[in-house]
Amino acid sequence: MSTVLYDNPGPKARLRNHLYTVLFVVVLALLLWWVLAAMDDKGQLEWRNWEPYLGGTEAWETYLIPGLMNTLKAAGLSIIIALPIGAFFGIARLSDHPWVRWPAGVIVEFFRAVPVLILMLAANIAYVQFTTLEPSTRLLYAVVTGLVLYNGSVLAEVVRAGILSIPRGQSEAAMAVGMRKGQLMRNILLPQAVTAMLPAIVSQLVVIVKDTAIGGAVLGFGELIAKARPASSFYFNVIATLVVIAAIYIVLNFILTSFASWLEKWLRTRKRGGTSVVAGDWVEEQAPGIHFEEGESGYSRF
Amino acid sequence: MIEDIAFLFEEYNILGAFWVTVQLTFYSAIGSLIWGTILAAMRVSPVPVMRWFGTAYINVVRNTPLTVIIVATSLGLWQTMRVTMGSDQFTTTHFRLAILGLVAYTACFVCESVRSGINTVDVGQAEAARALGLNFVQVLGLVVLPQAFRSVIGPLASVLIALTKNTTIAAAIGVSEAALLMKEMIENEADLLFVIFGVIAFGFVLLTLPTGLILGWVSNKVAVKR
Repeated sequence: MSTVLYDNPGPKARLRNHLYTVLFVVVLALLLWWVLAAMDDKGQLEWRNWEPYLGGTEAWETYLIPGLMNTLKAAGLSIIIALPIGAFFGIARLSDHPWVRWPAGVIVEFFRAVPVLILMLAANIAYVQFTTLEPSTRLLYAVVTGLVLYNGSVLAEVVRAGILSIPRGQSEAAMAVGMRKGQLMRNILLPQAVTAMLPAIVSQLVVIVKDTAIGGAVLGFGELIAKARPASSFYFNVIATLVVIAAIYIVLNFILTSFASWLEKWLRTRKRGGTSVVAGDWVEEQAPGIHFEEGESGYSRF
Repeated sequence: MIEDIAFLFEEYNILGAFWVTVQLTFYSAIGSLIWGTILAAMRVSPVPVMRWFGTAYINVVRNTPLTVIIVATSLGLWQTMRVTMGSDQFTTTHFRLAILGLVAYTACFVCESVRSGINTVDVGQAEAARALGLNFVQVLGLVVLPQAFRSVIGPLASVLIALTKNTTIAAAIGVSEAALLMKEMIENEADLLFVIFGVIAFGFVLLTLPTGLILGWVSNKVAVKR
C-alpha cells in the first residue's frame, strides 16, 4: 500500500533516499549519544547498576519474579471472570426486549466511560469498609474488581460485535429450519462468534496486563511496577530497574500481540469454517458513544 | 445525599481537579496528534530506516504500560536525571512530565489510526498526484493526509476518549487531577464512598460521552462516501 505514495526510485531518488537515510541515522545516533552521555554523567551506565539483573538471580527472585507472578495472577483472574460477564451483557444488549436491552446498554456504556483507576480505588475502599480481608488479598481483589468491571463491559461490546459479524445467511438459514431464538443463539451464532472474537480477546488481554500496572503504582498492589521503588532503592539503580521492568512488559505483550495478529490472519484465510473475525485493533477503536456499524450484520431481530 | 454532594464540593476542589484533567487531556491530545502524524508519515515513507524506526517505536512503546512510562518520567527523568521540564516547582514539573509520558504513549495509537486512514484513501488519488509530478511530501501532505483524516475522525475520537481516561494515571506521580483527589476524598470520608464514586464517575461520563457522541456525528458527516 505504501508504494502507491511514491514511484520506484530512479537514480536521483535513490541518491536522495540514501542522503535522508544517512541524515536520519546521524540524528538518531546523536540523540542516543546525548541520552547515554547524560546517563553516564549520573553514573547510570556503571556495571554496578545493571549487575543485579544481568549478573545474578537474587534481584529476580526477590523482586521481579514475585511481581510478575502477581501481574499474571491479576490479569488471568480478570479475564476469566470478565469473559462470562461480557458474554452475558453482550447477548443482553442484543435482546428483543427493550427492558433487557436498555439496562444492559446503560451498564456497559457507564463502565466503559469510567477510568479503570477510579473503579479500583472505589473497590479498594469498599473492601476496607465491608470486609475484613488482609491487605495483600484486598488489593488483589480491588485490582481484579476494577479490571473485571471495565473489561467485562469492553468484552460485552466484543461479544456483540462478534455476533453481529456472522453473515446474515446463517441466522436466516437457522430461522428457515425452524429454530427458536435461543437455539439460533446457542447453536449457530455463539459458536461462530466465539471463534471470530478470539483475536480481540487476546488483544484485550494485553490491555488487562498493562492495566494491572495502574493497581501497582497507585494502590500499591505488589505487581511488577510496584517493585520498581523497593528494588531501585535497595540497589540504587533506578534507570536499570525501570528498563528491565519495561522490557519484561514489552516481551510479554509483544508475544500476546503477535499471537493475536497470527490468530486474526489464520481466521481470515482458513479454508474451513467462516472467515468473519473481530480484529484485535477493534478493541482500541471502540470508545463509548461510538458504535459498531450494524447495517451489514447477520443478526436480525425477529 | 444532596447535602453530601454539596459538602464534598465545599470541602474539596473537585472542579479544579477536573480542570487539571481537562488540561492534561488537551495538551496531550495536541502533542500526540502531531507526534503520531509524524510517526505515521515515517512508517509510509520511502526511506527504509525511517520505516524501521517508526515500527520499532510503535512496538516498544505500545507494549509498555502507560503506568510504567509515567512512573519512569518521574523516577527516571526527574529524580535520577534531574530533568525539570523548565520549572523548579514540583507541581509544574510533574504536570509537564505527565504530558510528556501521555504524548509518547498516545502517539502510537494516533499513528496506527492515521496509517489505517491512509490505507482507505483511493489508490487513484495518490497515482493522480504522482502523475502531476508531486513528490512524496506533497502527495502525502496535499492529497492523501487531508482525505485520510476525514475517515479517521471516529478512531481518533476513541483515542481521545481513551486519553481522557488515561490522564488519571498521572495520579501515580502526584499530579493533582480527578483520580488523585478521589483517592484523598475516599480516604478521608470513607462513609461517603458511593457519593464520591458517583460524583467522580459522573464527571468522567460527562467528559467522555459527549466527546464520543459529537465526534461520532462529525465523523459520519465528513466521511468520504466510497
